Amino acid sequence: MTLNYQGIRETVDEVTDARAITQAAEKVTLCIDKVDRRQFLKLTGVVGGGLMLSFGTGSFGRAAAQGGPLQPNGFLRIDESGILLFAKNPEIGQGVKTSLPMIVAEEMDAAWEDVRVEQSPIDAATYGPQFAGGSLSIPMNWERLRRAGAVARAMLVGAAAARWGVAASELSTRDSRVIHAASGRQLSYVELAADAAAMPVPDPESLTLKSRDQYRLLGSRITGVDNDALVRGKPLFGIDQSVPGMKYAAYQKCPAIGGKVKSANLEAIKAMPGVYDAFVLEGNGSAMELLPGVAVVADSTWAAIRAKRALQIEWDESEAGTDSWSKAVADAERLRHEPTERVVDSGDVDAAFADPDQKQVESFYTYNFVSHAQLEPQNCTARYADGAIEMWAPTQTPAQGMASVANVLGISPANVTLHQARCGGGFGRRLYNDFMCEAAAIAKRAEVPVKLQWSREDDMAYDLFRAGGFHQMTGALDAEGRVSAWQDRFVTFSNDGKPVSGGNLSPGVFPAGLLDNVRFEQTALPWANRCAAWRAPGSNVFGFVTQSFLHELAVAAGRDHLEVLLEVLGDSRWLAEGNPQALHTGRAASVVERAAKEAGWGKEMPPGRALGLAFYFSHAGHIAEVADVEVDGDKRIKVHEVTVAADVGPIVNLSGAENQVQGSVIDGLSTMLGLAVTFENGRVQQSNFDSYPMLRMESTPQVNVHFIDSDFSPTGLGEPGLPPLAPAVCNAIYAATGDRIRTLPISEAGYTAA
Amino acid sequence: MARLELDVNGRRLEVADVDETTPLLWVLRDELNLVGAKFGCGISQCGACTVLVDDAPVRSCSYPAATAALAKSKITTIEGLAKPNGELSALQQAWVDLDVAQCGYCQAGQIMAAEGLLRANPNPSDADIDSAMSPNLCRCGTYLRIRDAVKTAAANRE
Repeated sequence: MTLNYQGIRETVDEVTDARAITQAAEKVTLCIDKVDRRQFLKLTGVVGGGLMLSFGTGSFGRAAAQGGPLQPNGFLRIDESGILLFAKNPEIGQGVKTSLPMIVAEEMDAAWEDVRVEQSPIDAATYGPQFAGGSLSIPMNWERLRRAGAVARAMLVGAAAARWGVAASELSTRDSRVIHAASGRQLSYVELAADAAAMPVPDPESLTLKSRDQYRLLGSRITGVDNDALVRGKPLFGIDQSVPGMKYAAYQKCPAIGGKVKSANLEAIKAMPGVYDAFVLEGNGSAMELLPGVAVVADSTWAAIRAKRALQIEWDESEAGTDSWSKAVADAERLRHEPTERVVDSGDVDAAFADPDQKQVESFYTYNFVSHAQLEPQNCTARYADGAIEMWAPTQTPAQGMASVANVLGISPANVTLHQARCGGGFGRRLYNDFMCEAAAIAKRAEVPVKLQWSREDDMAYDLFRAGGFHQMTGALDAEGRVSAWQDRFVTFSNDGKPVSGGNLSPGVFPAGLLDNVRFEQTALPWANRCAAWRAPGSNVFGFVTQSFLHELAVAAGRDHLEVLLEVLGDSRWLAEGNPQALHTGRAASVVERAAKEAGWGKEMPPGRALGLAFYFSHAGHIAEVADVEVDGDKRIKVHEVTVAADVGPIVNLSGAENQVQGSVIDGLSTMLGLAVTFENGRVQQSNFDSYPMLRMESTPQVNVHFIDSDFSPTGLGEPGLPPLAPAVCNAIYAATGDRIRTLPISEAGYTAA
Repeated sequence: MARLELDVNGRRLEVADVDETTPLLWVLRDELNLVGAKFGCGISQCGACTVLVDDAPVRSCSYPAATAALAKSKITTIEGLAKPNGELSALQQAWVDLDVAQCGYCQAGQIMAAEGLLRANPNPSDADIDSAMSPNLCRCGTYLRIRDAVKTAAANRE
């Protein structure tokens, strides 16, 4: 292989590894905060002549005229037209276009009905990091947005105090108004905006923020800000964008990653009706940016689709991948018996396993590759002229996308303009911007604006997959039936010599830090197809393996699963004090107990029906789930109900939070029931939803969600609801039938949805 | 190439120079700038492209526009559901009130499938709803709210 996979690891390091991202984010935030503070100091020096809006080189870097809008930072603008809030991060269905502005509105005491929301420009100087990943939009922006709102509130109060000649301390705010209770006077924020714009901008750090009991908006149910436009079919998504004179493009790559174009019937394609151009792109050597292929450019999407189907391409596969799932299975079967590199080794597992008084349990767990299958196929609209490019893209990482495009075109990132579009699902796929690079290269070569449209088959074939994996598990139980040792020998996959994202055991994986004797071993099978972050990377598979195996140990000890789980969690403690990405066993126990109580753990169940329990800590979220599952004699399962208890700190938007958890449970169920991507001869064997059967309404269980509100810093809910689902369901199936499922999807063990 | 006359949301629209095999979806999206119906799979598996043809839900990704033109069918898309004064229909309003969407990409197709159901069966049972809505995938898993929204709209429909 001559391709490099560099972009995957850079993005993964930056965006998907929870620890790395927290550290990276802190660095970036610190850096941005320094800029902000310097700007604020500068701003306070220019009062009187109107508020100088100079936030770095950002798009808000312009002077306001006297009486201009109140716009003390990039997150809000108040003028005679009303209160406008800016949503800074990509919306991929996780609800941040609504929840992030809610945080600003809360601190400024704006009535939500008075607020309009717009997607902000992509501008790191003004907004700091802008991406959707790692369930980090809420935790990374919580403090910044609260202070942005508090700054506006302070300036509005200051303006009212000056106008009325009273002390600011006599004033209160509510529902977008400043109120002087003593005199009964009130002014709306809109009425005060011009005066406030001339007030000094306070240091955000100097302001007192609300306590949780003072929230009026946060924690309530707010419908999504785009919902009205969505139900009217307005053009919100990447695929809905168009520019004058635009052509429609499609791009065919080699079905085996690394293959190059030897020849193609370009002249025949160009002669097809509606076809504007057809040409070969060599690729730029990066598997993450531009793979080699044949582009067709046409007058309509349909003409482009037909032309792409009519392509006859001879591929040079001399350097292409030859990935084979059946070979990987055979390799793992051999490797699971061989000790290998220890990535975690605490205590003495060997002593426990050698102790004749301890009971040893061994199991082998496997899971397949899966696809992101976000419903909006990849697309990007691009217009290139004179060394600069303008793009409209549904991406989770706009800044990285712009950098990649600049690299592919050989232009400065300053010459790349990106309009962030709403994303029709992400799940991690749109962290990677190969589709943007393709659109850019095609637009430049065709010398015409294009909208590149991937087909569903393209999305299935050229996904960055959630890798499969194999775990040889060994556990020990002491004479009292306590879990005394745990070994996880993991066979994972590597791209370019390094374990794939989500395929890397780390000291944060269960039960490291909880048991005295824990060993993780890891070896990786080389893989050509690109693998990367998929909703709750790592946790989405480690949750299944570890929480199923813990139940196996409880069964082997003849003990109640709930009791053993709480015992393993142990006394209440924070495994790394103050680090939100570290497990807090007290919060964990609380959600486990709450889920068990709400689901009626221990209650009498009819034959063939049982409850299954699982807990997993992921993306700073503590979440426990109990599944109520019925199994018939033909291995058909009906999941009646899933009970969820979650502690993610204070809830921002209750409607969105509940929706995320329900969706995560349904995604988890969909994936564990029957979804698998397999490979032979380097090629993906599945092509569309007929061979990748996602869950439908008829198989959807009731999902009851209980939040434990707490004063811990909030975290996002895009991911952590998913990992406990598969083990909860498999544990319930075991409890109902005595059949232990050790492979995903469970269709491979003969199970289907009733 | 053909010239098609289509009846879309009560308007007669003419589209020139269309390949005879073009699915209705791409005529709506590329020629008529009605982008509410979405492309998801191209093979009638996901329902994101659902529109009504003579009141019945069809997957417009696999339904030739020429067929609708030939039969002089009445095509209804998500853009045609709101009342002439702009007020949302009961279904659309239920979708907003219950905050159904996550990414929202499938929801126009979901609403059109529900519209087809309620036109044929104004008081559907849970089983009727599941049966009518199961051709439509929601990758985000908003099925519980979709089901509630259909019930709410059925109760509120005039």
